[in-house]
Amino acid sequence: MVIDAIHNGIVIDHIAAGKSMELYDILGLGRLDCTVAILKNVPSRKLGRKDIIKIDQLLELDWDLLGYVDPNITVNIIRDDIRVEKRQLKLPERIRGVIRCRNPRCITSVEQELEHEFKLTDRENRIYRCVYCETRYSPPEDPRE
Amino acid sequence: MRHLIDILDLSTQEIQELVDLGGRIMEHPERYAHKCDGKILATLFFEPSTRTRLSFESAMLSLGGKVLGFSEAASSSAAKGESVADTVRTVSCYSDIIAMRHPKEGAPVVAARHSEVPVINAGDGGHNHPTQTLTDLLTIHREKGRFTDLTVGFCGDLKFGRTVHSLISALSRYEGLRVALISPEELKLPSYVKSEMLKKKGIEYIQTTDLESVMPQLDILYMTRVQRERFFNEEDYLRLKDSYILTPEKLRTAREDLRILHPLPRVNEIAVAVDQDPRACYFKQVRCGRYIRMALIMKLLGIPEEE
Repeated sequence: MVIDAIHNGIVIDHIAAGKSMELYDILGLGRLDCTVAILKNVPSRKLGRKDIIKIDQLLELDWDLLGYVDPNITVNIIRDDIRVEKRQLKLPERIRGVIRCRNPRCITSVEQELEHEFKLTDRENRIYRCVYCETRYSPPEDPRE
Repeated sequence: MRHLIDILDLSTQEIQELVDLGGRIMEHPERYAHKCDGKILATLFFEPSTRTRLSFESAMLSLGGKVLGFSEAASSSAAKGESVADTVRTVSCYSDIIAMRHPKEGAPVVAARHSEVPVINAGDGGHNHPTQTLTDLLTIHREKGRFTDLTVGFCGDLKFGRTVHSLISALSRYEGLRVALISPEELKLPSYVKSEMLKKKGIEYIQTTDLESVMPQLDILYMTRVQRERFFNEEDYLRLKDSYILTPEKLRTAREDLRILHPLPRVNEIAVAVDQDPRACYFKQVRCGRYIRMALIMKLLGIPEEE
């Protein structure tokens, strides 16, 4: 399968296979008018399989959010067919409106208008806590443990 | 503008200043009787409370200020569905400082973000209760004269007991702390509190279900109530509520200079007979609560001690 190379735009590479749709939603790519290509399960020497997203436009996005999803992702900025920048991702200090606090005792559980917000409390172990109730973000049933 | 949401919002130096000021107010309350003339404290209690609300009101009245507020969500606009943010925006137009209790964790953070006056967290669910911690600290300092080199036993509900989490967090900043965590399996201290406040700081601690096994080592025994309102399941509450009952017999092996604290209200976890024991400090603690809140109100309003 052949996807055209982009002349001016962004290539998000080395996405773990199957994660591209999550990124698509987190970055709000559905709102863009330009061409966006999602390549899933692309053979990769490094990862075995990987996903790639190509955006046919140069724009500023909250790249640090990608660092939260997977720090191994690379972001390449293409200008006039040349890669002019390869961005290093880092874990964002704050994540707003992307992940949700699961603590039923948290104020966000009753006040629907409140934006869910997390802060990075342990960079080494990638631990985020709700800014309101301090519950650690994690998918298990009991977020306190 | 300063708020007090978490005890760690205060440095150890600020805590020492508050404890010292609280102690001076306690000795000569008349000297502080007009420090807050013309100031208004709003007490927004979305959850019932006796001593915390009354101690805030008593503190402000003792400083010469006035108080307004509500004592349950049903008598506020929250019952009509008003958000915490809107309630606080409104009340901060009527008052100079706000003390807020809310059953949901993190509600005071929302309040502080929208208030035009200082906000004091007077308890948010099972999360934080910094003014109880200040009360505990003033009591400990008056009884022991120090915060360093103490062995403190926490007994009862260590899972939902916000006063326990806050006090461990506050004491973990002092040298020579040793902690005994005494609770039933189901009410153990959450692992995140253990890892972030004890393990990471290298604080010596033991975890046990047997109060009497650690009793002889304790400088402070901090008893807590198993709180019915924190359980989603009544059966669990009934099974666990009588896990620990402190009696004069259980104190036989305790040191003479042990001090027993309890944030109150108690149900039956401390037998009434223990009240006569000179080591029982929980009613002295109540008294400390008034004076430390006077000190805190002065500090957050920026009122100097000397004219």
